[in-house]
Amino acid sequence: MPRETATLNRRGFLAAAGLGGAGVVAGIPHASAAPPAAPDPLITDVQDWARTLGDGVQARPYGSPSQFEKHVVRRDVEWLTASRESSVNFTPLHELDGIITPSGLCFERHHGGIAEIDPAKHRLMINGLVDKPMVFTLDDLKRFPGRVNRAYFLECAANSGMEWRGAQLNGCQFTHGMVHNVWYSGIPLKSLLDEAGLKTNAKWLLAEGADSSGMTRSIPLEKALKDCLVVWTMNGEMLRPEQGYPLRLVVPGWEGNMWVKWLRRIEVGDQPWHHREETSKYTDLLADGRSRRFTFIMDAKSVVTNPSPQAPLKHKGPNVLTGLAWSGRGAIKRVDVSLDGGRNWRTARIDGPVMPLSLTRFYVDFDWSGQELMIQSRAMDETGYVQPTKDELRKVRGTNSIYHNNGIQTWLVRPNGETENVEVG
Amino acid sequence: MSRSVKALAVAAVIAMAGGATMVLAQQRPAQSQRPVVQAPAPAPAKTGLGREAHPAEVAAWAIAVRPDGQGLPAGRGTVKQGEEVYQTQCAACHGEFGEGAGRWPVLAGGRGSLTGENPEKTLGSFWPYLSTTFDYVRRAMPYGNAQSLSNDEVYALTAYLLFLNDVVPETFELTRENFTTVRLPNVGGFYDDDRETTERAFWRANPCMTNCRPEPARVTGRARVIDVTPGERPAGPRVE
Ligand code: HEC
Repeated sequence: MPRETATLNRRGFLAAAGLGGAGVVAGIPHASAAPPAAPDPLITDVQDWARTLGDGVQARPYGSPSQFEKHVVRRDVEWLTASRESSVNFTPLHELDGIITPSGLCFERHHGGIAEIDPAKHRLMINGLVDKPMVFTLDDLKRFPGRVNRAYFLECAANSGMEWRGAQLNGCQFTHGMVHNVWYSGIPLKSLLDEAGLKTNAKWLLAEGADSSGMTRSIPLEKALKDCLVVWTMNGEMLRPEQGYPLRLVVPGWEGNMWVKWLRRIEVGDQPWHHREETSKYTDLLADGRSRRFTFIMDAKSVVTNPSPQAPLKHKGPNVLTGLAWSGRGAIKRVDVSLDGGRNWRTARIDGPVMPLSLTRFYVDFDWSGQELMIQSRAMDETGYVQPTKDELRKVRGTNSIYHNNGIQTWLVRPNGETENVEVG
Repeated sequence: MSRSVKALAVAAVIAMAGGATMVLAQQRPAQSQRPVVQAPAPAPAKTGLGREAHPAEVAAWAIAVRPDGQGLPAGRGTVKQGEEVYQTQCAACHGEFGEGAGRWPVLAGGRGSLTGENPEKTLGSFWPYLSTTFDYVRRAMPYGNAQSLSNDEVYALTAYLLFLNDVVPETFELTRENFTTVRLPNVGGFYDDDRETTERAFWRANPCMTNCRPEPARVTGRARVIDVTPGERPAGPRVE
């Protein structure tokens, strides 16, 4: 169904969005500009890079982006936390396309800084309600049968957490940048549990990291047996140190904090541990003063990454609106986009693979005549869940919940192209 | 077919076909639902990879503590002893009375704040179980020098944090034996994820596509007003 509606032409989109008025030349081909008065010296002069030799092979044995991409970086919000070692930075979503996040741009969240671990010195222990407590080295894990390759999104439960009380941060990097999507290789956690042998009263696992925060999370055994992975590579290369090198837990569709980095131990038990990251943090305080706990699943969510405050519109005429959608409950079924603050919607075109529990990329090609836009996107997943508005969420949850804010985002585009994070009513 | 209709249909088939179908029906969940524990199923084949852990290795790493006291080491500590350790090892960040220095975490107070504008979540106001404090301080504090405290020091610090939060008197001593008798005020304040029922309305077959609000949308709040976004502003957008 999304594929069919996606073929809607630009005229259809803009007319239905109530923007078909004077000045919007939707779907009508524009004449290209006339040649300039003087020729472009970038074409008529021989440029340095066209005359002299560049770097040879091995000048960049592990390559990095072009020197002209220095602005494409993770950024942090200094006032958010007391210390950079327990802090967060954000993926520059507005600078990326497709669905895979480059390893070096995946947002970081640490609670005790980046542990630097020699893989030869890393151990993974399985203990608790097992027939035999076991220790594995990385070499052992790489010899396990049944290796898998999977792409999954990871979203921090606090992504968009600053926005509960209203529009705060001006840029999708800051409002939505605690998400990334990576190809992982590793083995099912189930293989390791089978090797140790689960006792019949096993019900919960505790995953623990080797860093100085000793990060721990309780995970229902059912989830672990279903699809959790123990991985050592991301996007084909070894995990980056800041993503848990040399070993990380993958908990598909569930909040990022559970994807324990520098994974060193899995304890098997018959009840949850109620540790700091599942009591003090990652519980959702509601308006009545009570809190939801174990809200593991990340609900369907989407955001328009371009245009957005850090990537304003610069040209009238043809423009490409694009964004990302994801759901912790399954595959994205459809994404709708509104240009008038949610009054009228059109289904966006999805391109690239639509995989369950992975980011999904959508596009809307549109003509802009310079009028004010209020851009929104609305994701739907295969379970029929529809991304709610922020007001609908607040009605159920109040404004103190911090976590799991998946409400619809609005970008206000002004006639000069300036784009701002706003709320609409 | 909706789930309830399907369940009815299955029940009808079972009723009609009798015994043979019963066997089938019993097998079905085992195939489709992956039971948490495959009770009498044959053990999965072992790869022989890895090795058995040494008991001392398990003892060194398995320090997790649960609300029922599982994982608590032997030990004890008084509020007084805790105060001494706290003032030298914790107060610089968390404040003399747990009020938090600068933006470092607040550890005391906040009782009654959970429904207000600025909820303050401490073990006195929010945390459901005392074991969380013991476990966390032992594994992660003091920040930057984790796992340097003795078990008695962790008992003492936990006792002191209870005192700072008005849960125990100044004369209190916390031990492995009396640990689970301490009840935190907000223990009843949590319930399991219920989004699939309380937020059922977010599952909707046909979301509105046209004229979804009676009036044109208007801006009710702006990030620029608050102006907390880091980083330099671009010189100002220019449209061509
Ligand atoms: C250098 C500063 C510093 C010192 C010293 C320090 N802490 Fe902390 N403490 C922190 C930070 C930072 C966090 C939050 C870490 C995170 O984000 O995971 C924290 C978190 C905590 C928490 C959890 C707070 C919550 O609301 O979840 C407790 C309890 C705690 N510390 C106790 C202690 C005790 C007891 C000591 C002394 C033995 C101590 N801390 C020493 C910086 C410090």
